[in-house]
Amino acid sequence: MTKILVDGVEVDVPGDFTLLQACEQAGVEVPRFCYHERLSIAGNCRMCLVEVKGGPPKPQASCAMSVKDLRPGPNGAPPEVLTKSPMVKKAREGVMEFLLINHPLDCPICDQGGECDLQDQALVFGVDSSRYHENKRAVEDKYIGVLVKTEMNRCIHCTRCVRFTAEVAGTGDMGAIGRGEDMEITTYLESAMTSELQGNVADLCPVGALLPKPQSFRARPWEYQKTETIDVMDALGSAIRVDSRGREVMRILPRINDLVNEEWISDKARQIVDGLKTQRLDRPYIRENGRLRPASWREALAAVAAKTKATSPSRIGALVGDLAAVEETFALKLLAQQLGTPNLDCRQDGAKLDPKFGRASYLFNATIAGIEQAGAALIIGANPRKESPVLNARIRKRWLKGDFKISLVGERADLTYGYDYLGAGPESLLQFIRSAKPAERLLVVVGQGALARDDGEAALTLAAQAAQSLGGLSDGWNGFSVLHTAAARVGALDLGFTPGAGGLDARAMAKTGALDLIFNLGADEIAIEPGAFVVYIGAHGDRGAHRADVILPGAAYTEKSGLYVNTEGRVQRAFRVVFPPGEAREDWAVLRALSGALGNPLPFDSLAALRRRLVETHPHFAQVDEIAEGESAQIVALANHPAVAMKDPFVPAIQNFYFTNPIARASAVMAECSALAQGRFAQAAE
Amino acid sequence: MSTRRLAEDQPASFEFTPENKAWLETQIAKYPDGRQASMVVPALWQAQKQNDNWLPQAAIEKVADALGMAKIRVLEIATFYSMFNLEPVGKYFIQLCGTTPCLLAGSDEIIEVLQRRVGPQRRVTDDGLFSWIEVECLGACCNAPMVQINDDYYEDLTAENFEKLLDNLAAGRPVKIGSQIGRVSSEPVGKLTSLTSFYGDGAK
Repeated sequence: MTKILVDGVEVDVPGDFTLLQACEQAGVEVPRFCYHERLSIAGNCRMCLVEVKGGPPKPQASCAMSVKDLRPGPNGAPPEVLTKSPMVKKAREGVMEFLLINHPLDCPICDQGGECDLQDQALVFGVDSSRYHENKRAVEDKYIGVLVKTEMNRCIHCTRCVRFTAEVAGTGDMGAIGRGEDMEITTYLESAMTSELQGNVADLCPVGALLPKPQSFRARPWEYQKTETIDVMDALGSAIRVDSRGREVMRILPRINDLVNEEWISDKARQIVDGLKTQRLDRPYIRENGRLRPASWREALAAVAAKTKATSPSRIGALVGDLAAVEETFALKLLAQQLGTPNLDCRQDGAKLDPKFGRASYLFNATIAGIEQAGAALIIGANPRKESPVLNARIRKRWLKGDFKISLVGERADLTYGYDYLGAGPESLLQFIRSAKPAERLLVVVGQGALARDDGEAALTLAAQAAQSLGGLSDGWNGFSVLHTAAARVGALDLGFTPGAGGLDARAMAKTGALDLIFNLGADEIAIEPGAFVVYIGAHGDRGAHRADVILPGAAYTEKSGLYVNTEGRVQRAFRVVFPPGEAREDWAVLRALSGALGNPLPFDSLAALRRRLVETHPHFAQVDEIAEGESAQIVALANHPAVAMKDPFVPAIQNFYFTNPIARASAVMAECSALAQGRFAQAAE
Repeated sequence: MSTRRLAEDQPASFEFTPENKAWLETQIAKYPDGRQASMVVPALWQAQKQNDNWLPQAAIEKVADALGMAKIRVLEIATFYSMFNLEPVGKYFIQLCGTTPCLLAGSDEIIEVLQRRVGPQRRVTDDGLFSWIEVECLGACCNAPMVQINDDYYEDLTAENFEKLLDNLAAGRPVKIGSQIGRVSSEPVGKLTSLTSFYGDGAK
């Protein structure tokens, strides 16, 4: 630790801290554009200049000079940083004047206006007028993809976007061509960015040069109602802020949560906004003569009640989809218990995860932040880049630090980091377990691609064996990590929403003739064969609704408060941003009303009462933002199961990153991204 | 200098000659594993030399592939350094220094010759022999005005001797590199005007 004076306040900071960090430690704000905590240091905007005593006698870029670069005074007095001296004031004014030389004065028509770093800092640190009378520089706008719009006159060359794509996203999409005044930020010859995290460059841009394209010219930042909630597009549970205006969700931004998503979110989490407005089920429907007709709630519930009463309990089933919150899953489970059916399942993809093996058997036990502590990694049947891009960035972050050997069993893919390819199927994994040397703190990532198949249990067992024998289990380290793709899955498994004694699983339920009545709570990734009477409770007119006999309109994730459990087992709360459209209601309320129509109301009348009931039976749901850890012993027990795996290669769980759920499939922006990713989209003309 | 873009007309492909390929391989092998990107400037330079002194898009992509770099990284380098020509140049590529010392010594006369005989900047003559561009100081101010033609400097130019130089080049006759008025490197043009005696000789 090194002592340093910041504006006369002494702080004790590690020697490798930068002056800027030391200033922050002392509570002094230093303006900056290019510096970003999670990116490498560029030192090119010069806005963070400070005056130092004990260093060079000229303004110093505080982001690029570390505390240990400064000398103490002759009598051992600590070095000093001044951020309010006349020299600093003049330096900042000078830098700001230079930045503004070529920056257009188009704030009134700029979408960044109101949340623009340059605007704010010009107000605080700049001067009131310009001495510049020459022509401003003009730069061609670039096409860099469907999610980010460019307005390159505004660019101040901080290179945050370049560093982000090179370091965090790992695709190296963006760069700076030319030099000096002619420097331009662009992708390679107007090609679209290829990263699943590309939307983040618009957040990083301190000015209005890179802006989210779908939100162009829609609203001003001060018009938004801001709600902090949780993303459900993948099982990571990224912290997001949903901005709404009136009854409309306008945009989604990441929030900082170092334990989960740092400050990134995937493009799917960010840009499914338009999917929340299209293909919505805003009133109940009943199928008559093969066609769905709009109906009233009373009619629809009566139709369901009549069918339920006419069906024997063993012929009734309940399915939970990928976006359901814990509360409605719990309500559906209570309803199923009332009806007396053992046919429950939340694993519509057929994944062989089961609470009977213990909670550790289906959690990402290493935790997301724990990836950075891992010593080596083994990825089994997963493509983390598609299944959870932000988590993939975390693996890449660990890989960039070096000394991190990654091995992969499954399908070859560009994961943005290097790995040893072991083979396609279980036998390669088996061979690796037998021959590989144990590593310290091995991270075993098991994807749904390895589990959602007939021998999924064997794959799970093999993964546990790998963790056990190759260094995945040690004191304070449980590297056995299941990477989920569905936000609802862990919560539903926690609730034990799996077939009871003699019950059918999802795939068996979907077969013709298996059941007569299926309650489908937003399960759209499973094809229910003709035969059964399907009651679909969900928000979007997707596959589930097309197959339904009665549709009870529910709420999308931005329209309901609820708990979600992410892939590492972290319980998180999502909050309602806007109300569901039309006659749609929150799903738990739909189930409560349905139970009323069946003549046996569920024992709660409010979400709070439902939550109380939930916590009584499952106390860990009360620990919001916490992880109830799984026990390593459960992995050891799992590893001791006999495992006979098939020879088929593992197929990744997600084929098309942009179309994994009904909301994403309803989004035109996602469709555009998907078309681009498939290479079918004609590149924008020069 | 102005914004530099790749040429409109691009060849469909670019392939290193067998010799250059072998050269590239031996050079790449000199760099430690994972540091091959350091090789990018020599690789581009070799590609440019092979391709009549200019870099097509295909060559940029070839170099990116060879060194395992993102294409944009190589494009950054190619657009940053003015020594990489992004569009075709004449067989004799004339870089004229127009910075202050050359201008004071009469580079505008040379420019006039170039405009008359070669045409506007960055345009190759119909016979493919010449193209020219004005550049910043080439560091031969003592011998101003001067041009660089391909790899060599031609100094102490006047409108007359420069025209003759161009004639000789066009006709394929041998030309003199360096000063065109016969002085050796940057010695004084006439007689010595200073340091005419050894130290102490002049003291009385």
